Amino acid sequence: MNKIVPAHNIGGYVPMIDGPEKVSGRAKYTADILHPGMLAGRIYRSPYSHGEIVAVDVSEALKVPGVRAIVTGADCDKAFGVLPIARTEYPLARDRVRYRGEPVAAVAAVDDASAREALRRIKLTVRELPAYYTSKAALAPGAVQLHEKKPGNVERDVLFELGSAEQGFAQADLVREGTYNCAEVCQNQMEMHAAVAEYDAVRERMTVHASTQVPYYVHLMLSQILGMEMSHIRVIKPHVGGGFGCRTETLAIELIAALLARNCNGTVRLVTTREETFITHRGRPETDIKLKIGMRKDGRIKAVECECDQRGGAHSGYGVVTILYAGSMLYAIYDLHNVKYTGRRVLTNTPPCGAFRGHGTVDIRFAFESLVDELAAELGLDPFAVRRANLLQAPTFTDNDMMVNSYGLPECMDWVEKESGWARRKGKMPKGHGISKGLGMACSHYISGASKPVNWTGEPHATVKIKLDFDGSIVVLSGAADIGQGSTTILAQTVAEVLGLDLSRVRVVTGDSEVVPKDNGSYSSRVTFMVGNAALDAARNLKSVLVSAAARKLEARPEDIECLGELYRAGAQDKGATFDEVVAEALKDSGTITVTGNYSTTPESHGGKKYRGSAIGGTMGYSYSAQVVEVTVDEETGVVTVDRVWVAHDCGKALNRLTVEGQVQGSVWMGMGQAMSEEAAYHDGLMLTANMLDYRVPTIQDSPPIEVGIVESMDPHGPFGAKEAGEGSLAAFLPALTNAIADAIGIRFNDLPVTPDRVFEAIEKRRLALGKNNGGA
Amino acid sequence: MARLLEFTLNGRDRTDAVADNILLLDFLREKVGLTGTKTGCDGGECGACTVLIDDKPALSCLTIAATVQGRRVDTIESLGTDGQLSAVQRGFHEKLGSQCGYCTPGFIMASAGLLRKNPNPNEAEIIEALGSNICRCTGYVKIIEAVKYAAALNAQGVAP
Repeated sequence: MNKIVPAHNIGGYVPMIDGPEKVSGRAKYTADILHPGMLAGRIYRSPYSHGEIVAVDVSEALKVPGVRAIVTGADCDKAFGVLPIARTEYPLARDRVRYRGEPVAAVAAVDDASAREALRRIKLTVRELPAYYTSKAALAPGAVQLHEKKPGNVERDVLFELGSAEQGFAQADLVREGTYNCAEVCQNQMEMHAAVAEYDAVRERMTVHASTQVPYYVHLMLSQILGMEMSHIRVIKPHVGGGFGCRTETLAIELIAALLARNCNGTVRLVTTREETFITHRGRPETDIKLKIGMRKDGRIKAVECECDQRGGAHSGYGVVTILYAGSMLYAIYDLHNVKYTGRRVLTNTPPCGAFRGHGTVDIRFAFESLVDELAAELGLDPFAVRRANLLQAPTFTDNDMMVNSYGLPECMDWVEKESGWARRKGKMPKGHGISKGLGMACSHYISGASKPVNWTGEPHATVKIKLDFDGSIVVLSGAADIGQGSTTILAQTVAEVLGLDLSRVRVVTGDSEVVPKDNGSYSSRVTFMVGNAALDAARNLKSVLVSAAARKLEARPEDIECLGELYRAGAQDKGATFDEVVAEALKDSGTITVTGNYSTTPESHGGKKYRGSAIGGTMGYSYSAQVVEVTVDEETGVVTVDRVWVAHDCGKALNRLTVEGQVQGSVWMGMGQAMSEEAAYHDGLMLTANMLDYRVPTIQDSPPIEVGIVESMDPHGPFGAKEAGEGSLAAFLPALTNAIADAIGIRFNDLPVTPDRVFEAIEKRRLALGKNNGGA
Repeated sequence: MARLLEFTLNGRDRTDAVADNILLLDFLREKVGLTGTKTGCDGGECGACTVLIDDKPALSCLTIAATVQGRRVDTIESLGTDGQLSAVQRGFHEKLGSQCGYCTPGFIMASAGLLRKNPNPNEAEIIEALGSNICRCTGYVKIIEAVKYAAALNAQGVAP
């Protein structure tokens, strides 16, 4: 007999367990659901940026043959929103429209052509109001308020000062200031928003299939909007084609589909166009930052002052949280004291922004790492050295009470410094003939889930169930939404690892509220940490049931039972019992076995009480990232090419090196899009870039090789030591790029994206200025 | 108006009554029920709907169904034989060329088209062949690895 050893399932390169469906076209996404008799839904959107609604006339639309239902704001007077403190948005606008593209009415018809024809016949009459497309315009004195309860069009202002910035600057040898502007960017996930709502009028039940990251929020909002008992609602999340944060919030789409379905007692499929998906983006807001840093000659940062304005769009969405993150996440990467932060989340007549990968941290990190590089250059310090002068010592708490237990940033820096040949090459990159090369570096970090969930109920942060039955298959039940990041695979690996079984024994069921435990969802990189820990707990509980059964069967004490996965035995001489025999023994007691695993965050990770909103940024474990970017700048055309990226990411323990690499590469690349080409542009509130040609996502031809180093700092609280891997590496790309461009051509770009025309213009400006000087000499 | 369309879909001859103006993409998804081919944009922006027409990659969202009269159309559902994944499918699965999976059928069909024409492409040829497909998850690094691996499997006799 072959020697039986427990199977090992973590730490290797494991393809995703749902990969075969995806590569064969069998994976069903929401828009792939086809029911006979299903109706097609379409949304009529406001062509006005700001106006009081006088009338929504649907009488002509109702005459279109095949139309089965039309709903307007009159059909629902309940507001929704992801934050319990900021629910101001109606599924269909009432009284007022606040941006071009806001849903006003919706149609369900027998086919799409009829639904579109009905939309053409809807007449919206408004009394137009002044509209504001920039933070500055919305904040100007005398501006009309977008929302009654938000004077000055400020959704939320944040102010804190921990230590004394003034005293800190007094101790600095060099103080510099910079202003930065980052354009609004969209998630632009590949799957357009979709919902299928099915209303069972006999039983008064609603089933909604939604392309969401958080089925639980959809469930809550459906109940609120429809006025239905939660127990009469079922939410199903099929495969989801990416999210990157836009699907953290419940979107109007799911709610509108449900309103239509109930109105016509039928099933409605509502799939948005790409243009509508852009308008509904909930992306990263346009951000203006004014940053001041004081540094000593040795690189030590003595004070930071930061002002941040975010153009949030017409509704709060996640806005309050975003503006808080931007301040709180100044911390927990370097050892900072004497920090003053002023943030304003501004309401404007543009589509609402929300949570986008790296939520709240990205634009601030761009400004910070840019200015640090400028100071370093002026003080004659190496960019690595200046950051090393400001490292944290873990475990520690930051001045804003963020708990840092594991800190692999130094190792991340070491890795990228070595792999990129920094010491040898920096400052010596080839220049001349209009082609200049440069190297730049930067660091970033992110949370492994917000310690305190948005909807605080007192329940555990995560719950996982495992079912084991006569067939010997391990069925993991979880509400965690796999949106392509691979969370389902991580849960399977975790459970298989504890039980010492091959991965093929484990199946994972997710995404149906009727079956799986509630989960707080896939956002802020919480799943591996929180749900992973719950899965670990559940698997240990199951193992203990199996060990007890094995002890009974083998007539031994449980503490003497050794679990080898497929074999349980009492000592090395024992023949033991197979896994299947142990399962059969265990079932004798209880029938089908179900075990529960829970995970709760610890109170000290919830942040302090030093300012309002100080829980935001609190997590059980921060990930860290360092990057080096190598660029070539063509000074004749302004085209910047990224030749190569080296990135090291501290994810605690890498449970799956394949998916960690994939997540890190994807993050870096998404940062590249924001840094170099992506921008949501508007003309009088009309999005000009609502397609993938004008909204320029990098293609395979624009994209560099990305070398990934994995740093394992082994977090004391993470499952097997793991932390997040899917967001922390995004932010560092932006400043690493502009630092590299500065190295190449000596020009610093503080406004994003750094498009060829911006680069060309800056080079021309310098050329003209030099020419003028030469001419004068 | 409608007409009779005779063509070969995934190796089977068929005859369908199709509306003159229906797109091949909508015909495949909504009428035939082959939902593996994805809609990712409002027309010609993303490549998610790529299918093979007579072995050449084509955007089914820019193809009127009636124009495939007498031609061979292959979708993602045609790949793999005897229950086994094809070389390109294995590449995208094993090398993580697919994360959320939504752009995957388009990438796989574009890659299969490449390998049918050029079984041993170099990196530049892979990049050129996939230049009009957008992926929002991977950063493309592992997609390139997936296609290289698929070419190696293909060389060992696994159909692309």
